[in-house]
Amino acid sequence: MIRHAFALVGEYAAMAWHSIVAHKLRSFLTTLGIFIGVTTIITIWTTIQGLNSYITNTLGDISSSVVYVEKFPWVISNDFWKYRNRKNITWREYQTIRAQSRLAKTVTPQVMAQRVISHKEKKLEGVAVLGTTETFMAISSVFPESGRFFTAPEVRGKHNVCVLGAELSRSLFDEETPLGKRVRIGDRRYTVIGVLEKQGEFFGQSRDNFAIVPIGTFRNVFGMHRGLQIAVQAADAGQLDDLKEELRGILRRERKVAPGKEDDFAINQQDQLTDLYEKTTSTLYAIIIVIAGISLLVGGIGITNIMLVSVTERTREIGLRKAVGARRRNIMSQFLMESVTVAVLGGMVGILPGVLVGQMILSVMTVEGGVPFSAIALGFLFSALTGIVSGFYPAWKAARMNPIDALRYA
Amino acid sequence: MLIDIRDLSKHYLLGRVDVAALNGVTLSIRRGEYVAIMGPSGSGKSTLMNIIGCLDVPTAGTYLLNDHDVSRMSDDELAAIRNREIGFVFQTFNLLPRADALHNAELPLIYKGVPRAERRRIAETTLRKVGLGDRMHHKPNELSGGQRQRVAIARALVNNPSLILADEPTGNLDTKTGAEIMELFDTLHKAGNTIILVTHEEEIARYSQRIIRLRDGNIVSDAAVTREAAP
Repeated sequence: MIRHAFALVGEYAAMAWHSIVAHKLRSFLTTLGIFIGVTTIITIWTTIQGLNSYITNTLGDISSSVVYVEKFPWVISNDFWKYRNRKNITWREYQTIRAQSRLAKTVTPQVMAQRVISHKEKKLEGVAVLGTTETFMAISSVFPESGRFFTAPEVRGKHNVCVLGAELSRSLFDEETPLGKRVRIGDRRYTVIGVLEKQGEFFGQSRDNFAIVPIGTFRNVFGMHRGLQIAVQAADAGQLDDLKEELRGILRRERKVAPGKEDDFAINQQDQLTDLYEKTTSTLYAIIIVIAGISLLVGGIGITNIMLVSVTERTREIGLRKAVGARRRNIMSQFLMESVTVAVLGGMVGILPGVLVGQMILSVMTVEGGVPFSAIALGFLFSALTGIVSGFYPAWKAARMNPIDALRYA
Repeated sequence: MLIDIRDLSKHYLLGRVDVAALNGVTLSIRRGEYVAIMGPSGSGKSTLMNIIGCLDVPTAGTYLLNDHDVSRMSDDELAAIRNREIGFVFQTFNLLPRADALHNAELPLIYKGVPRAERRRIAETTLRKVGLGDRMHHKPNELSGGQRQRVAIARALVNNPSLILADEPTGNLDTKTGAEIMELFDTLHKAGNTIILVTHEEEIARYSQRIIRLRDGNIVSDAAVTREAAP
């Protein structure tokens, strides 16, 4: 009986194929709704998948055992005015944290400026210059590709040394090795002691176009009163919340925040970004579901309509098949197979442009993404489901035809 | 006894009026008989044919086909009986227009679950038997009327049914082709097939051995044909 059923599936597929080929234009128009639906869904799906793997990689760079003491929180939903008048995080606060925190393993101050950087005739405007300490290496996920990072004595001694980002190094030195050479940042010369490995782009922005100098040097040259970001690495990743509480206490005391008043600083961590990203993608997923629903409806109605026409046109064929021994389920399966085949053909054709458009969107955002195989599975499932749902009523109508009336149908 | 029909009635509701198409028909047909059912339109011959062909069930009475009571069977049970026991030949041939002769002929075997290769073999043999050995891969629109009816006869024969039921098989054919088809039925009969022919043409009915005449839902005569009188 089972083998019999399988043998028949082949027959139904062949029948479906003949019927589709016999009505090429009609079949094409019928699948258009499904085609557009699948294309849309696969586009969004491919985009989300690409973004997902990209964001996971990027956020992975922000160590989860590190918190960042800053003026503003990373995610500001509203009430921006509330944060406007906040005071910068100061050098003094950095020293206090370093002196008082018992849960911190490393405390790394970071300060940014933009300067002209040049080497011989090559001159680059507005390059990011980062001032930090040797502990930067402990919290960073990038490492020197050649040379080395600066050391604690170099930081203490405020040496004129620098480490270059991969792209900056390339722009200034091409294929030459920059190690030991001198670059001019602002109006001072620095010896290049290391080049960092390439990090790639983030939404079209290079993440390799910067120079790092010891923070003491930075402060002497670019000013003592710039706001800092302080990265605090927990000694024990399990005590991150305790660390945050400890830091809050230290800073509130240092900043003399009255009890009952809100913090006038922020302690940021990676979770905030993942949460934000998850909220954004869940919106995208909701959009997918809505679009899938609408396409299912529109494409499905098209298929139901054409299948009803097909069933009516083939009334005599149905009568004959029943007369020679087709049971209800045989007729039902034949027509369901036909609607599923039409729908799946449309869906399969829709996968390719969907993936292509998705890749285009990703490349515009300069995010790399492969063809997700889940997209193919999704397109297949979606269209097969539409075929079954929309073909059900016409197939049922065909299956319960009375053979006598059907044979007499003119 | 191949067919044993007792007190068979069929009533239809036409609007609110109850119409009796068959009024207590009793009839038996032996294996190997060649019977013609005749009657003017409205006589109930189509209704009787539909019930004999297991396309319809009676309102009252019993119908034993090959000792199976088919008068109370469900749709799907009837489909299985039709598939095994009955070969239909229709006035309008009823071939699948997009399928070739071979595929048309093998159709009942598909629903019987016969594997493809064997199906092909049986259909080919049967098509040769009806004289279409060289037309296997022609589509209906590439065949003449007589050839189409031969494909339909091959289709009726592939399942080796107990009974061949032909409804006005020459109705759409010219006289000469019609005669050829009737000769084919003769050959099949001589080979041992049971044939029931529904017709309103006297000359066609005379090919059979026995003529049953209906009028107003009753059998009015049931008599053997004297072959000498045949045309």
